[in-house]
Amino acid sequence: MQTLTKNQTLIEINQLNLFYGAFHALKNVSLRIPEKAITAFIGPSGCGKSTLLRTLNRMNDMIPGTRIEGGIAISGTDIYSGDVDVETLRKKVGMVFQQPNPFPKSIYDNIAYGPRLHGIHDRKKLDEIVETSLRSAVLWEEVKDYLKRSAFSLSGGQQQRLCIARALAVNPDILLMDEATSALDPISTLKIEELAQELKDRYTIVMVTHNMHQAARVSNQTVFFLNGEVVEYDETEKLFSNPTDQRTEDYISGRFG
Amino acid sequence: MPNEALSTNSSKQLVDAAKRNHAFRNEKSHLMDKIMPVALFLCAALSIATTIGIVATLIGETYHFFEQVPFVDFITGTKWSPLIEPKSFGIWPLICGTLLITVIACLVAVPLGLASAIYLSEYAPKKVRNIVKPILEILAGVPTIVYGYFALSFITPMVRGIFADAGVFNALSAGIVVGIMIIPMVCSLSEDAMTAVPRSLRDGAYALGATRFEVALKIVVPAAFSGIVASAVLAFSRAIGETMIVTVAAGSTPKLTANPLESIQTMTAYIVQVSLGDTPHGSVEYGTIFAVGMTLFVITFLLNILAQYVARRFREEY
Ligand SMILES: Nc1ncnc2c1ncn2[C@@H]1O[C@H](COP(=O)(O)OP(=O)(O)O)[C@@H](O)[C@H]1O
Ligand SMILES: [Mg+2]
Repeated sequence: MQTLTKNQTLIEINQLNLFYGAFHALKNVSLRIPEKAITAFIGPSGCGKSTLLRTLNRMNDMIPGTRIEGGIAISGTDIYSGDVDVETLRKKVGMVFQQPNPFPKSIYDNIAYGPRLHGIHDRKKLDEIVETSLRSAVLWEEVKDYLKRSAFSLSGGQQQRLCIARALAVNPDILLMDEATSALDPISTLKIEELAQELKDRYTIVMVTHNMHQAARVSNQTVFFLNGEVVEYDETEKLFSNPTDQRTEDYISGRFG
Repeated sequence: MPNEALSTNSSKQLVDAAKRNHAFRNEKSHLMDKIMPVALFLCAALSIATTIGIVATLIGETYHFFEQVPFVDFITGTKWSPLIEPKSFGIWPLICGTLLITVIACLVAVPLGLASAIYLSEYAPKKVRNIVKPILEILAGVPTIVYGYFALSFITPMVRGIFADAGVFNALSAGIVVGIMIIPMVCSLSEDAMTAVPRSLRDGAYALGATRFEVALKIVVPAAFSGIVASAVLAFSRAIGETMIVTVAAGSTPKLTANPLESIQTMTAYIVQVSLGDTPHGSVEYGTIFAVGMTLFVITFLLNILAQYVARRFREEY
């Protein structure tokens, strides 16, 4: 399969099969995800979008009974090979979840948590990371005077941007977002979408959304899934204006899902 | 038409009967509705009344005791020998013995209980947890006298093997075994607090590259901290109140000492000693057990308040 854009391939998924026990959740998935762009996964609920996303930072490892066949390479390294350190992988592949999940700590400590995990304890350095990360997540101006306050004092949208900042603080290459706006109001959603647009110049973003308008608005390329299979993968504009597969057309015209 | 009349008649009867039946059932359920709250209230009232009765007796007898022995002597004295001349009623040796046991027990129970709780909630496969949790609850139900003899016949020889100058009865053996006895409680309560920490917090930390150990220590334990502290304080008051193990294994020598290898006496063990002896009822000697019991009650009561305060103070909201 060829790359869709001039951007280089960062993530290469090759004949991936995933089983939850006996349940075959991903079927022969092959994809090339380009760097420094936004790739959206769309498809009806239960089609395997989150599952595929979680294979990219190996969060599926923690679900008992999960079995995987095939391979995923990031920058040419097979992330499922024995000598890959999962913690280092997850540092490079950040993740933002559906529900904002700040730690029950201060805003500052939420951001500093990751850097501290990876051995940074110098106060000045941490201050710097906290500020840069919050600026990157366009949250700095709103919270700079309240860094000691509990993260729970923030609104839902702010909490989600805090979670994005927290992920950015460990300096990842890739940012995975699993329906990161589905629990938010329209204005917060818009802010996160704008943020994603800004971040894509520096990070490779893979976002799951079951809102195809969001995929159409935000992403550069879109993958349409159905029952654990890739039905169609194309540039977003093309996929939405001129899909090649009948099922894609049915889905984007709202005939099911 | 007679036939029709008959049938209307009988159907009317049927309806009446049904109505009566219905009314009767209604009445019955109303009756139950009226009786049940009263009955349940009486049950609740009974247990409250019992508690009030116990406390009242304790206060009355303690008051009576302090009419004969000055309160200041009791609360400041450092020698406890109410049964042997020259008599002396200083409570501190008993408090000291109790604290010695309690501190040793907590040093054993809190780290081990917490470690096993972390294992169960963060590491153990579901199957293991489903087997271990009920076992813990069974362990918590073993009669403490069994632990007492376990202390005397198993731990004490070991302690004496390591520390040559340890007595047959010593605070260390008893303290260790009290600790072992309360491990299941600490473990079970802490584990409950840790499993209550939402999955999403753990995921957030894992996604940043945290190891299991880091998630347990830096996310789960802080988030469950109030529950963990509550379990530790509960362990503390459980150790203070423990009676059989210390009666069997710690000795009966009230002593103001911090040396765990010596024989000591706790407040509870003293109460047992007097209750079993031939001290005449109503005497000053007999009154001591109420004064000691009152002291125990006050300490445990304060601890419970402390536990509630700490649990509230350190709550990390999630
Ligand atoms: N932990 C799990 N154990 C078993 N089956 C699962 C698990 N997680 C997801 N599944 C199943 O895998 C399929 C894909 O789920 P998911 O990736 O969450 O879908 P999506 O994110 O597209 O809604 C669904 O049928 C779901 O029921
Ligand atoms: Mg999903």
